[in-house]
Amino acid sequence: MDIIVAALPILLKGLQVTLYIFVIAIILGFLIGLVVALLRLAPIKILNWIAKVYVDAIRGTPFIVQLFFIYFGVNSLNLISLNSTTAGIITVAINAGAYFAEIIRAGIQSIDKGQTEAARSIGFTGTQTMRYVVLPQAFRRMLPTITNQSIISLKDTSLLSVIGIADLTQQGQIQASATFEAFKIWLVVGVIYFIIIYLLTLIANFIERRVQVR
Amino acid sequence: MSIITVKNLRKSFGTVEVLKDINAEIKEKEVICVIGPSGSGKSTFLRCLNLLEEVTGGEVVINGHDITDPKAKININKVRQEVGMVFQHFNLFPHKTVLENITLGPIKIRATDKAEAGRLALELLDKVGLREKANSYPGELSGGQKQRVAIARALAMNPKIMLFDEPTSALDPEMVGDVLEVMKQLAKEGMTMVVVTHEMGFAREVGDRVIFMDGGYIVEENEPNELFGNPQHVRTKAFLSKVL
Repeated sequence: MDIIVAALPILLKGLQVTLYIFVIAIILGFLIGLVVALLRLAPIKILNWIAKVYVDAIRGTPFIVQLFFIYFGVNSLNLISLNSTTAGIITVAINAGAYFAEIIRAGIQSIDKGQTEAARSIGFTGTQTMRYVVLPQAFRRMLPTITNQSIISLKDTSLLSVIGIADLTQQGQIQASATFEAFKIWLVVGVIYFIIIYLLTLIANFIERRVQVR
Repeated sequence: MSIITVKNLRKSFGTVEVLKDINAEIKEKEVICVIGPSGSGKSTFLRCLNLLEEVTGGEVVINGHDITDPKAKININKVRQEVGMVFQHFNLFPHKTVLENITLGPIKIRATDKAEAGRLALELLDKVGLREKANSYPGELSGGQKQRVAIARALAMNPKIMLFDEPTSALDPEMVGDVLEVMKQLAKEGMTMVVVTHEMGFAREVGDRVIFMDGGYIVEENEPNELFGNPQHVRTKAFLSKVL
């Protein structure tokens, strides 16, 4: 027990890093997803194509390869220099962005065409129709899948420990090797992840109930 | 002076030609009912009047604006504000209350003050007999109520023309009367209306003119009593013998 008590403050420091990266990356990822989804649905072939290449490239490669590509690969070009946290945030964001793009695209396409027609017939522009009529309905439908992807992305942040980010997993590793109590430390790390994800689920359920279409 | 002029209108979906050379003149305050068998192109014709369907050829002039002329640089969104449309499946916004459905257009497009838009919406709800449903969601309404809200929503933009695309076809029979009653009232107030319908009784009673379409053409058009009582064309006769 003493070992856990001693390790806990350090692990919680790591949790802070994990949450910091997660929150920024998930917001960025969502914005990327929204833009890419709209590009994917735009009536311009080249834009559709760009969006599709992006989504396919991200979905078709492992997360860890994307991380190494951005942190080691891009940095090796000596054009910009990304620190590990920035590289981590970017990787999680563009990774989540590709999945969000598909979720948002499917959500938009699931809204009945009649909704768009009704809005356009009133005189709304295409953009207004998206903003006031289609997206609000689509988001309600997407919420469970968005939650799911957010959880996956949160768990993906644990892979950032391999480029030396002092996140929860990294701190766990340090504590486990320092104390020789791998079982206890990894159990605690697991419990902390679980609690955070459980809280996330509760928040998502709450929002879902609040915005339900009657 | 015609408020709607259609000249040589053609519309194809891929290789299927749905409208073949449609010509029509509709005057202000006229109520035109469009009838015909399914697949005759009547809904497509209606949807070309506010460019919900892109036309393949010909001209559609709404209130002086040639909306089919790419050189005219007409802002179709502006024109659509003057042309209300009511759909077979209502297409109310399910995430908004009845009141919000009606006020959304005026508030967002016309920048009408929220309170003023609300007051106007309640007036329109009175007109369609649904003031008490202002705070309900569309999902809580019957089909007939939904359609009356949809009419109110279209009227909130204060349009000069109202298009109705089979407004009663998706309703239970006992709901049809209420909706037709609202439409009759609207006609009486002098609204220019184009109504695609299977309600021959309504066409006969309220229509100033009835257009019979078949196979992508306007086969015959006349005053309702003439068209129903003394159809000239064999196809009109055949159709009417089936539906009357």
